[in-house]
Amino acid sequence: MIDWEPLVLTFKLAGITTIILLIISIPLAYWLTRTQSYFKTVIETLVSMPLVLPPTVLGFYLLVLFSPSNKFGQWIDNWLGLRLVFSFHGLVIASTIYSLPFMVHSIQSGLSNLPPSLAEASYILGKSRITTLFKILLPNIKPALLTGTVLSFAHTIGEFGVVLMIGGNIPGKTKVASIFIYDQVESLNYSLANIYSLILFALSFTILLLVYLVNNRRFSRMKV
Amino acid sequence: MIEFNLKKQLFSADGLMELQVDVQIEAHSFVTIYGKSGSGKTSILRMLAGLMHPDTGYIWVNGKVWLDTKKNIDRSPQKRSIGFLFQDYALFPNMTVRQNLHFALTKGQAPQIIDDLIELVELGDLQHRKPNMLSGGQKQRVALARSLVQRPKILMLDEPLSALDVDMQYKLQQYILCLHYEYELTTILISHDLAEIIKMSDYVLALEQGRITKRGQPAEIFTNQKAINGGCEFVGKIIDINQQGVMFVLTILIGTDSVQVIADKDEIHQFRPGDTVFVGLTSFNPVLRKIDL
Repeated sequence: MIDWEPLVLTFKLAGITTIILLIISIPLAYWLTRTQSYFKTVIETLVSMPLVLPPTVLGFYLLVLFSPSNKFGQWIDNWLGLRLVFSFHGLVIASTIYSLPFMVHSIQSGLSNLPPSLAEASYILGKSRITTLFKILLPNIKPALLTGTVLSFAHTIGEFGVVLMIGGNIPGKTKVASIFIYDQVESLNYSLANIYSLILFALSFTILLLVYLVNNRRFSRMKV
Repeated sequence: MIEFNLKKQLFSADGLMELQVDVQIEAHSFVTIYGKSGSGKTSILRMLAGLMHPDTGYIWVNGKVWLDTKKNIDRSPQKRSIGFLFQDYALFPNMTVRQNLHFALTKGQAPQIIDDLIELVELGDLQHRKPNMLSGGQKQRVALARSLVQRPKILMLDEPLSALDVDMQYKLQQYILCLHYEYELTTILISHDLAEIIKMSDYVLALEQGRITKRGQPAEIFTNQKAINGGCEFVGKIIDINQQGVMFVLTILIGTDSVQVIADKDEIHQFRPGDTVFVGLTSFNPVLRKIDL
């Protein structure tokens, strides 16, 4: 009988991470499209770092940073009561950082592809920036929002190195599907590894297929 | 009354250009800013709307200060209460025609004006369509209606008709003029279409390389002569000159119609097919004057 726990944990992690990413990426991407600040380039670079950095490097530094033997880790432990190494909370934070570029880049490119006159027309009609963002800009970049959401979700499902470094392999807490598969292969249990791999493969394929179907249809409707 | 004095360094196709203008505009007048592309027309309009910031200058509107770089005053576009028509229409694609107009309402404003405007620009049948289901002319009518929902006193039009065909331009000019009088607007238009300028405006500012080189009534500006009193005036293009005996017959395209005008030997030498001319009607034969572009 299949143990569903690693899969449930994986989707819980991906779901929570994606929601957090949506909440922080919208203001961040909006700021990046508007700002002319010198920090822009630095922030953009930092956001993109997880794309090129080996996940183990990111995981390693987060492990060091969150470790209770370190001042920052201690502070979080004492003041927030959170132990971030080898815990689900730690995984959520690490996954959020790891998938950040996928969400931010999607939203940022969606926003910068909108003609500037849309926001300007709204300002001239007396509408605030917040109203303009939520009533005009975001509703017109739905495909970009959908792409960002799905890519972040799928990317979190697929992560391995970061999770292994900071989460370890604790059943029900940090043992997500990708770790579980690795674990099974290590113990030469290929058939179980195969079942989990197939499930992940099928799910990822379905999710991506749906996104492309929806976005292509929307696009062809807009071309009329 | 709108008074402004604006200075700004602009990067144009020919390199750095200094925009420097000093203008007074009477209330309820229809003013056109005329000039080649890259002369700074759109920048002036954007600065008046608060979408662009001058290096130095001021804008006073009916005694109120909208901008004064010396006193560090710069009203945001939200607080200038103007109507603005963008060249690309800037309709919100996620909303229907009616929703676009509805979005423009201020807090607590009665929505009756939406029905009035929809009727004025004849959009009743299209009000539940999204913008991507409309033609260019229809889009521009929606944009025009939307810009007037808040009953602004000032309407700014950034080459609103340049992307439309001649028939549609003619129709929209009628709508704009009609709304200009109906809502007692002060209208500032950017255009490089002479026929449009002469038909629509009371006053023209000709802009070259960021400076105003001529200002006055359209007839004075474009023919260097006073307007013909009490006559009809048109702008057209000579499409044919045909000698018939001692006289010459000029065929002139005005809008989409052509008219034939007779000229004699002494005046014909200044005209060639393709010239843009001013056609003024006096008691006898139409009077032709060449337009200096």
